[in-house]
Amino acid sequence: MSDQPVVQDVVKDESMLIQKKMLDGWYREIGSARESGRPVVYSFVPGNLTEFILSFDCVPVLPEINALHSGMKKMSDGFILEAERRGHSEDVCTYVKCDLGMFLGGNLGPYGKVPPPDLLLLSYTGCFTFLKWFEALKKVYDCPVVMVHTPYQDQGVITSDMVEYLVRQFESDLIPALEKISGKKFDIDRLRSLLQESKRAEDDLVYCFQSGKNIPSPIDGFFAGVYYVGPIFTAFRGTPECTEYYRTVRREIEYRVANKLGPMTPAGTLAEEKFRLVIDGTPNWTDFRDFWKIFYEEGAVFVASTYTKVGGLYDTGFRHDPDQPLKTMAEYCLNVYTNNSLPARTRLMEDYIRDYHADGFVFHSIKSCNSFSAGMLAMMRELEQRTGLPGCFIESDLVDSRYFSYANIKNRVESYLQMVEQKKSDRGAA
Amino acid sequence: MTNYYLGIDLGSTTSKAIIIDEQQEIVGRGITNTRSNYDVAVEVAKNEAKINARFTFMRQELNGPHRRDAWLEAVFADLEIHFRYEQHLDKLLRLKERALREAKQSAFDPQIVVDIFARMVPESYEVFLSLGTDKSRFFRDIAGMSFMRLAEEISARSELFDFETLMSIYDKSIVPIENELVEIDFLHFINRAVERMGDLIPLDLQDEFRRASLKAIERPFEIATMVGTGYGRTRLPFPRECIKSEILCHGLGAHYMYPETATVLDIGGQDTKAIQLDKQGVVTSFHMNDRCAAGCGRFLGYIADELNIGLHELGPLAMQHDHVTRVNSTCTVFSGVELRERLSLGERRENVLAGLHRAMVLRAMSLLARSGGIHSEFTFTGGVAKNIAVVHFLKELMYTNYGRDITLNINPDSIYTGAVGGSIFAKRIRETS
Repeated sequence: MSDQPVVQDVVKDESMLIQKKMLDGWYREIGSARESGRPVVYSFVPGNLTEFILSFDCVPVLPEINALHSGMKKMSDGFILEAERRGHSEDVCTYVKCDLGMFLGGNLGPYGKVPPPDLLLLSYTGCFTFLKWFEALKKVYDCPVVMVHTPYQDQGVITSDMVEYLVRQFESDLIPALEKISGKKFDIDRLRSLLQESKRAEDDLVYCFQSGKNIPSPIDGFFAGVYYVGPIFTAFRGTPECTEYYRTVRREIEYRVANKLGPMTPAGTLAEEKFRLVIDGTPNWTDFRDFWKIFYEEGAVFVASTYTKVGGLYDTGFRHDPDQPLKTMAEYCLNVYTNNSLPARTRLMEDYIRDYHADGFVFHSIKSCNSFSAGMLAMMRELEQRTGLPGCFIESDLVDSRYFSYANIKNRVESYLQMVEQKKSDRGAA
Repeated sequence: MTNYYLGIDLGSTTSKAIIIDEQQEIVGRGITNTRSNYDVAVEVAKNEAKINARFTFMRQELNGPHRRDAWLEAVFADLEIHFRYEQHLDKLLRLKERALREAKQSAFDPQIVVDIFARMVPESYEVFLSLGTDKSRFFRDIAGMSFMRLAEEISARSELFDFETLMSIYDKSIVPIENELVEIDFLHFINRAVERMGDLIPLDLQDEFRRASLKAIERPFEIATMVGTGYGRTRLPFPRECIKSEILCHGLGAHYMYPETATVLDIGGQDTKAIQLDKQGVVTSFHMNDRCAAGCGRFLGYIADELNIGLHELGPLAMQHDHVTRVNSTCTVFSGVELRERLSLGERRENVLAGLHRAMVLRAMSLLARSGGIHSEFTFTGGVAKNIAVVHFLKELMYTNYGRDITLNINPDSIYTGAVGGSIFAKRIRETS
């Protein structure tokens, strides 16, 4: 199609370069884990137990992150086809198929060779696919699995029973498993010191996301937001370099706020903020830049997003507490965005729309992801009623480019923004 | 001076243009096939709308006792058809020249082209008039139908000419002729049309037509602003504020046609939209499908091709069903498979077609449900609204799901809904600038 966007030079902040170095280092550690003798733990982003893994000097590997990077590096389509050739249905989550396809091709990921796991740590059971995913990997790798069963917050609250239930699982399953693969005794003081760092980074992260309340917003809380959550949701939470990274991000944002600068986009600072939006759902990774461009070209900024809370939610005041290491880890684990009930998610979106002064909201329905997509339409209708603002519904997928239709989505978003504009001007006239 | 405003809707199948005056009355309508060339389609649709506007002016200039007479209306409508026939004839003669050139470059004796056109030209008058006021049949289709029939006849009779090669001459010639932009001399064509109609118009009225056409052409006719919408809108060399999404335009167009409209269903060539409107015609929510285009207008085009019948024949044929075959698929390709399968099992073609139409409407119903349901009044727009079987099943399913209190509106001009909305936006832009 002639609609294909033109590739431009991309403008980046200092923090993005720092992050790139951090990720490069992490991938080097993964690649050399066998030589350095560090055990490898495969785990997931939602409710990730990074501080536990790091306290045992293990290297975390996150198959979801491999998949999304494969998507961004245009490798996922090949992996998915490979998995489908081996009998995986079109309906299977494309993160899973991407990961299995990568394994079938010799586990050569977007950043090189990925070693096999010494432990499969399922930190979040709210996503049924995760269970099946690790079941499949267990067959392939024949290694131990720890499944931390996370109760669903159906009433929108975390109870002390839930926390105790998780702590018991840490004590009875997780800690012994980590001790066994690492050959190290559990060191609670080490965990405490990691959690201390986590808390520091989290304060700056929260500052970063809440800066979206400014007009103009100094950040895009979704497209840039996924970069901001990179270190804290993957392998770095609890490390000094993570804390330092968020301090840098905070400085950058403080500068932007002081100078009333809009958010950084791949085409440079956004000149004029025309639309302030809130979004639910994950990004599409195969066409991430084009997806972003559809919005920034129209002057649309995501002032807040739920995807950036998918590792863990800080909005209600949660910070890791070094004084209660196991309890705090349990609370974090339970506080995943998608572990919240639909009414709780709707409330969160409503708060975002109000507190971040949004003009509208977008639901990005993902073919692969029921955790996000189930209930989206109902949430959208409810929010339209509660806020009086229009919602936008678009559809694509995580890492399967066959489901990303650039022209259609662009058309839909343009229509939506014109509708928001018309409503805004009508309100202004009234 | 009166200002006029133009809305242009560049659809995937057809391009439509509407001109309104200061009172928001529609004075001109133009439609053409999009022919994978948006630039030409815009110009053609625009010119057609401008010519149509001259007819409106001419009508307004008419004097005499018959001014408000139904008989005069009929004569006048006939005049416009004849006018368009004269345009058609001009194009046909240009097509002939082009085809001759193509034939000279092929292995054929060019005389065959001369022979074909020697029959096509005289019969063209009757063929064209048989279409009546149906403007959705374009030069390409009308000329193509005649050419194909004659090519079939010739190739069946003689081994010297095979059908495929004869048609390739047509295919090569039609594209440049369709994409040629020709200045249209309004008075010249009016005179030719009046002449051809001859006795159909009394002598005094002939003079009156000539006088009114002169007055019409003298009227200042300035398009103050233009707004573009539809899939090809980004191709338009318009300022940014003059490019509007088809959702907004369809919403506003439906509101213009039926001010009480609350829900709009638009089934176009390549997508289906469900739109909810407020009392002012402002879109409050809309729904479309991103991942799949099953069940849109092209679906019917595909089925018509499969059955080798015209698109406009589908609806009437489906209405002759005595039973509705259950068809689950609205995937365009799968439905073709299902169609052949059912026919091979001995199902009546009419019944399968009814099933396919119903499946298409079911898909639209799901989209409507997702957009917030059907509220009265409910306006159905887009080219597919002309299909009587779609309307039949839409009514049936609407009554079943939403009760009988819903008022359904279908405007004969429904294909122009987006362009109408565009023209109103054009007027608003002018007023606020």
